[in-house]
Amino acid sequence: MSKLEGKTWTWETVIGLEIHAQITTKSKLFSGASTKFGALPNTQVTLVDVAMPGMLPVLNEMAVEQIVRTGLAINAEINLYSVFDRKNYFYPDLPQGYQISQFSDPIVGKGEIEIKMDDGEKRGVGITRIHLEQDAGKSIHDMDPSFTYVDLNRSGVPLMEIVSEPDLRSSAEAAAYVRKIRAILQYIGSCDGNMERGNLRCDVNVSVRRKGDPLGTRCEIKNVNSIRFLKQAIDYEANRQLNIIENGDKVTQETRLFDSVTGKTRSMRSKEEAHDYRYFPDPDLLPLQLKKSYVDRLSAELPELPDQKLLRFVNELGLSLDVAEEFVFEKEKADYFEPIATGRDAKLVANMVRKDVFGYANFHSINISDVPVTPQKYGELIDLIVEGDINNRIASEIFILMAKTGKDAEVIVQEKGLRQLSDTNELEVVIEKVIEVSEKQVAQYKNGNQKIIGWFVGQIMQKTKGQANPKVVNALLRKKLN
Amino acid sequence: MLVDKSTVLHIANLAKIEVPDGDLENLASELSHILGWVEQLNEVNTDDVIPMCSGVASMQLRLRQDKISEENQQSDVLSNAPDSRDGFFAVPKVLE
Repeated sequence: MSKLEGKTWTWETVIGLEIHAQITTKSKLFSGASTKFGALPNTQVTLVDVAMPGMLPVLNEMAVEQIVRTGLAINAEINLYSVFDRKNYFYPDLPQGYQISQFSDPIVGKGEIEIKMDDGEKRGVGITRIHLEQDAGKSIHDMDPSFTYVDLNRSGVPLMEIVSEPDLRSSAEAAAYVRKIRAILQYIGSCDGNMERGNLRCDVNVSVRRKGDPLGTRCEIKNVNSIRFLKQAIDYEANRQLNIIENGDKVTQETRLFDSVTGKTRSMRSKEEAHDYRYFPDPDLLPLQLKKSYVDRLSAELPELPDQKLLRFVNELGLSLDVAEEFVFEKEKADYFEPIATGRDAKLVANMVRKDVFGYANFHSINISDVPVTPQKYGELIDLIVEGDINNRIASEIFILMAKTGKDAEVIVQEKGLRQLSDTNELEVVIEKVIEVSEKQVAQYKNGNQKIIGWFVGQIMQKTKGQANPKVVNALLRKKLN
Repeated sequence: MLVDKSTVLHIANLAKIEVPDGDLENLASELSHILGWVEQLNEVNTDDVIPMCSGVASMQLRLRQDKISEENQQSDVLSNAPDSRDGFFAVPKVLE
């Protein structure tokens, strides 16, 4: 939904996003506690993380490196001088009473990424800034009727907040933007992009206006943690605001929550005091000063980025743009596909892994990295096709057996006698038999029905249990029939 | 006065401090005097001066390596909490 049709006007949705991405590190932003997911409550908490008096934060150099690399990957300015500030608010899962963040001097300044917009054109989306901050702990409200339970394992985990300009005009564009950012983070390894675990989550600012008018009043939808929900939330919110305006009322600026069950957004209980954050420079931390040589080194060491890989998949490997985009923006797919395609027929590999491997992962609802057949082993299966030992259909059956038994392709071919029949003499016998009993079809062919050849191939495949080499069969068949 | 009664009340709310109504007037006056005294700093021209965020401008921020240097210390962490259950801090219900 890119256009918002009102009663009398066509309206425009304006969207800006704040993405919170957990930075991939072993330890927390300011303490030596582990960041590992899924630990028992409060087992990865140091006295710094619970804000015991006298404890001092010491900055994790890896978190700095990762955010600088992220900035470089989106062509942003890297600020060699940045400052940590305290953002003050009161909540049980924030033991310090403030979050250490960056306000006036963030580490990464203005940048830009390109996405494909609704009209098919590629355009830049401005990124305002990226700054470092601590995550809060987790409050659990449904474990006890009269208590809230607090787990501080997440308290102090490093986050980067990526703030965009209000450059997006539809839910589809917002989704494309998040996909692109997620892919970039995954490619450089600064965040795993796992939205289900909340390692990447968005706050979405939505407003509507008549095209050409100044920006309307916006509402912020908090903590959206899937791309599907992001689209639903934006579409619902834009329509809600449009209805308010068309009924002659005014949109109130507020923070809203998306309810994934109803597909609606609703107002959070108003916290008038909540936005008085009283930022000030954290006296426990000196300003962060980076050397230009350090930034240059990280820039030179950046790996291949999604846009570069896309170009290479299309230009060098000959994949269609659609397939290349599917692989590149779902990194797991590119990771599986690439080692197999290297040195092989990339188009054949692409077709086969999509059908077999990605189909298998989808059917079993597992990650592609958890498919029991490794890229190396799948490559050996492809080699059997290329060498003419098996055809594509048999290959797919062998793949299922490989996944089930853990055996190599070659072993399964031997055991089951699945090697393709390419032997001309053997095939000729089968073909002659089929022709003998198919007078009607032969007559049709002689009368010019070329399509009937497919029927003959089918018959021969049946007689050979699918093992006949289709190329050889086709050639022999035409020779015999003519 | 730089600080009025309602501002004192606002600050008290933010700091989660209960201030009796009778003290508001006096506090507003005291805070105003303190701010007035600090205001003198505005007389200095600081147009071309970069804000100094700490008193030790000559020192560099120290960074640490990304290593897990501390293990599980759940019992220590929870030992000062007024209430804890099943390894969690337990606080009065936050939502109504």
